[in-house]
This record gives sequence, C-alpha cells and structure tokens, in this order.
Amino acid sequence: MTEIFGVPIQALFGQLMLGLVNGSFYAVLSLGLAVIFGMLNIINFSHGALYMTGAMLTWIGLEYLGIGYWWMLVLAPICVGIIGIAIERLMLQWLYKLDHLYGLLLTFGLALMIEGLFRDLYGVAGQPYSIPEELSGAFNLGFMFLPKYRAWIIVASLSVCLATWYVIEKTRLGAYLRAATENPKLTQAFGINVPLMVMLTYGFGVGLAGFAGVLAAPATQIGPLMGSNLIIVVFAVVVIGGMGSILGSVVTGLGLGIIEGMTKVFWPEASATVVFMIMAVVLMIRPAGLFGREK
Amino acid sequence: MMKRKLLTLAISAMLMPAAGSAMAQAKGKISGDVVKIAVLTDMSGVYSDLGGKGSVVAAEMAIEDFKAQFKPKFKIDLVSADHQNKADVGSNKVREWYDTQGVDMVTDVLNSGVALAVAKVTTEKNKIMLNTGAASTRLTNEDCAPNNVVHYVYDTYALANGPGKAVTKQGKDSWFFLTADYAFGHSLEKDTMEAVKANGGKVLGAVRHPLNASDFSSFLLQAQASKAKVIGLANAGGDTINSIKAANEFGITKGQTLVGLLTTVVDIHALGLQTTQGMMFTEGFYWNLNKETREFSRRFFSRHKKMPNMLPAGTYSAVMHYLKAVQATGTDDTAAVMKQMKATPINDPFAKGGKIREDGRMVHDMYLVEVKKPAESKEPWDYYHVKQVIPGDQAFQPMAASRCAAVKK
Repeated sequence: MTEIFGVPIQALFGQLMLGLVNGSFYAVLSLGLAVIFGMLNIINFSHGALYMTGAMLTWIGLEYLGIGYWWMLVLAPICVGIIGIAIERLMLQWLYKLDHLYGLLLTFGLALMIEGLFRDLYGVAGQPYSIPEELSGAFNLGFMFLPKYRAWIIVASLSVCLATWYVIEKTRLGAYLRAATENPKLTQAFGINVPLMVMLTYGFGVGLAGFAGVLAAPATQIGPLMGSNLIIVVFAVVVIGGMGSILGSVVTGLGLGIIEGMTKVFWPEASATVVFMIMAVVLMIRPAGLFGREK
Repeated sequence: MMKRKLLTLAISAMLMPAAGSAMAQAKGKISGDVVKIAVLTDMSGVYSDLGGKGSVVAAEMAIEDFKAQFKPKFKIDLVSADHQNKADVGSNKVREWYDTQGVDMVTDVLNSGVALAVAKVTTEKNKIMLNTGAASTRLTNEDCAPNNVVHYVYDTYALANGPGKAVTKQGKDSWFFLTADYAFGHSLEKDTMEAVKANGGKVLGAVRHPLNASDFSSFLLQAQASKAKVIGLANAGGDTINSIKAANEFGITKGQTLVGLLTTVVDIHALGLQTTQGMMFTEGFYWNLNKETREFSRRFFSRHKKMPNMLPAGTYSAVMHYLKAVQATGTDDTAAVMKQMKATPINDPFAKGGKIREDGRMVHDMYLVEVKKPAESKEPWDYYHVKQVIPGDQAFQPMAASRCAAVKK
C-alpha cells in the first residue's frame, strides 16, 4: 500500500473526505457571517447560538410536534430567520451608526442569553437525534466507509452556498444588495427600501446558521454548547477569507476544513490551533484576507 | 528593648493559634453554632450534567434526612457556587467561604484542576474537602492531604482498572486510545494502559484530541485503522458523547468495542440505548441496584427529574457521613471530625461497608456495567447489566503503591 509520511494513502483520502464535511459547516456558517458583515457591518457573535437554536428547534420539532427532519430542514431556518429579524428590528438597527464594537457586544450578550436559556431548559449533556431513514447507511468508497448522511451534508451545504453566491452576484436583487452595501444613501435615493433589505439580509444570514444547525443535528449531539465550540473557528475562517467576501468565505471554509482534517492525522494535538496559525500568517501577509479588497 | 518587644510579639503570635484551638477543643462546641456545608461545582459548563445542580439537590436531601433522623441541636447551612471549571475561580470562592462565611466542609468539586487548587486552600485553612467529583489520583498521591481531604467517589485508577482488566480478559486484548489532551485524559490513559498490560493485553496506540473538539470522526477513523479490538475513550462529558455518536455513524462499533472510561448514566441517557448498547465501563453507583438505591434514586428523581449518577449519590453519602461525625463528636473541629469519619464505616444507599483509608481514599465497591440493548430495558433509565461488583480493595489503588508522602513509613 502506498504511504505518505507513514500514513496509508487510503486513510488519507478518508481524512480528506471528513475535512470536506467539516469544511462544509464552516462554509455555510462563515457565508452567513460574511453576508451580514458585508451588508450591516455587524460582527454577529450570536451566529453560533443561532446555529445551536436551529439544531435545538429540529429536535424540539420531532420531540414535541412530531415534525420530521425534512420539514424541519425548511422550517427551522425560517424560524431562526424570524428570530433574527426580530433581533435586527428591536435591537441591532439602533447600532449601525456606532462603532463595530457595540454590535459585537450586543450579539455576544444575546449569544450568552440564548445558550443560557437552553442550558437551563435541557442541561448540557444534549439530546440525541437520529439520522433520517433515507440517509442512514453508508457508501463504500473503496478507501473509506462514508456514511450517506455525511455525503448529504456536503451536497446540501454546497448547493446552498452556490445558490447564495448566485443570488448575490448574478441577480437584480443581488445587485441592489451590493449597491446598498456600497452606498446606502445613494441606493435609497433610487427608491430602494434599504432598511427592509438590511433586515431581510440579517434574517437570511442567520437563517443560514439555522440551516447549518439542522444539518448538524443528526451528526453531533444537540446541546447548548455546540455553537460556542464552533463559532471561534468560523470567525477565523471569515478573517482568513476576507471580511464580507462571499466567495472567499465559502472557499476558505472548505479549504480550512481539509487542512484541519489533515492536521488531525499528522499532529492531532494541534488540530484546534492550526486554523489560528494560518490566520496569523494570512493577517501578516494580506491584512484584508485572502479574498478581501482593501478599502 | 526593641528586640525584646519583637520577641514577645513573635512568641505571642506563635501561641495564639495554639491557644485558639485549645479553647475550641475545651469547649468542644460548634463554631458559630452552625455547621456550614458548601457545594462547589460546575453549574453551567461541560460537566454540569454530571454534578452541578444534582449535587446541590443531593446535599439538600442529605441534610433533610439527617435532621429527620438525628434531630441535631446545631443548625446546618448549605451554600453553593459555580466554579466555571476554572481553578482560580474555585480556589478564590473557597477561600472566601472559609475566611468570611464560616464554611466547615466543601464537597463535589468536580474537575481535577479545580480540585487540586481547592485542596491546597483547604489544607492551608485546615478545613475539610470531601471530593465527590474529581478524577485525578493525585488527590490521594502526590498532592495528598490526609488530614483534610477525602477522595470519596472514584478516581482514574478505579475507572481504568475495571474495564482494563475485565475487557482484556474477555479476549479483547488490543487497545487504542482516544484521549482528551489535558491532565485528566493523560492520567486516565496511563492508568488504563497499565491495567491492560498487566492483564496481558497490548496497546496499539493513542490519539490526543483537543478538549471540546467539535468533530471526532477523524480521530475515530485513525482508531479504526489501528485494527485494535477495543477503543478506549479517555475523555469525559460532551467529548465522550460525541465520540460515541460518531463511532456509531461510521459503523466502527460493529467491529470494535468502545469503552467509555468515564461514562455515567447521564451520558447514556443523553445518547440513548440504540447508540450505546453493549458498551462497558465502571460506575460507582447505579440507581437500580437494590431496594435501597431505588428508593433513594426515586426520591432524587422527583426533585431533579434525572436519576442520580455516582456524583450526586456520592455527595449525598459524603454530606451524611460528615454530619454523623459532627453529631457523634459534638464539634466541627477538623481533626476530631476527620478522625471520627475515618473510624466509622459508611453504610448508606451509595456505599456498603465503605471506609476512608489513611491516605484519604474512600474505599467502596465499584460496578462494572454493560449497557442494555433497547429491548432489554424495562423502564426509562433502566440501562445497565451489572456484570461484576468490584470489591473496594481491588477497585482502588492498593496502599502499597501509594505515592502519598504523609502516610509513607
């Protein structure tokens, strides 16, 4: 069997695949952050908590209302989006004129409150959620045993990322959005309702977090801390990709997932830090991030 | 002149604590007429479902039961706090309790890092810690304080030894470890490796994962590739839960046996039997053992909505044992109470014939359990087959191997 640095090449392919799965989560989550930052200039620290809310809602839907996975895949992001819109209307909209720091502090506080609420209701050990019937089982890829559900994660998240990119970069709605980001006053003068667009963007951005939450529900234990474990890495992804860059966040998300996966093989102890090492290097060489444009 | 003044000062300063304790002993009374017990635990983090509020509930139950049974003349107070799994937060809180709140005894104190810090403060202030939550064997070895600290429920040696021996003896003799990359994980891994080797097994390797890793599939594939018959999970709480979940998804449990080295009934409840069936590990308590444990656990359940694992059950027992010693000696003086506690065997729902050894280790039976298949479970929380009762003297590290300086001859 061929080996690379003492690791069989087949095992390496397996790890690549897993890196891609984790990268998919990073991609969807950092995409939401990037969209929100691009439009609202808000560093949304409650993103992790809303991702967790998405997963929690999925579980609640099944446990109390008997709503299955597929319905929740649509319903949970919408619910999270509505929560996001409420947050934007009631709190965030007063902070746009102020320093980034205020938005960051507000959303961080919200994250702590949302996590605290679920912790109080359900404890930290979390809830089990089984993989939907249609996706249980696995593909035998020759080099690894890939659970169908993990494959589905890659397909679903990449489709959502592509669709988002298409809408923002290639449609009229996206053009309005980009215009409103570039110069809100001028865009408003052309008769476009900028506050409405901002509100919907925030709703959509956190909806993406909710979507990632639903995807994660069967793959990890659903618990109040699942968001905070992930969110710091996702922020690093956004910084590396370039704040506000859509394509950047998706590509960086996937790429870092793979790099992290490789680190788990060659130097497992460093797997939690490798992303931050890369972040430090990127910031030194390209302060605006790999795909960011300096203003 | 100056010199003499200094000398008298020094001498009187030296005499003062002695005089103080002599007075306390002469009176044989309880300081402030209140016995104050404190529960220090993780109320909000990764371990809060192991101890947390459950430990507080258990301590409350112990105090109520004690009052009903013994009608004590002294008052009993209970306080509690969240140490957030931070050693500095924990030791500061305990210092404040001892210095200004008149706390006599602190219990639970899960998380080995916090426990070791609190043990130092407790020794310095000459109070008592009945530790029912932490795992590190250092509490009764390198960092032992037999006059102040009792390690009450379990330790990494006991956790490692049960499955290390039993599973290896079943012919599952090659092990691979998935280890949380900090002191607790390392010591659990080391203790288990020794147990495995001592019983003729071999260790094929280990992978160290960061605490609170978000995804375990990669580490598990490495474990799978090792072709070891057993995968030992030297981690705890959420990390264990997610490792088990991923192992199932990747079909690893079909060919290899998972052993969660620190797993309790709360984790099994969170994962469900479908995922955990067939797993083996050591627990210090199981609610469904006999009439007495069931009676106690159902009362606990009616208050906390969860069955107790070994931490709350042990906390109940520790608080009860402490109060009985105070009752018997009529004082809350540390030395007198410790002496009484060590002299009396422990018999309650948690332990039968339990005994506090001279190094501070509470020795009691442990249980090697196997998780039931979903079809075998007759009611909610009915999760274990008790495969073996490991007698206390085999479950814990023998005195002969002790590294505790204070008891070495």
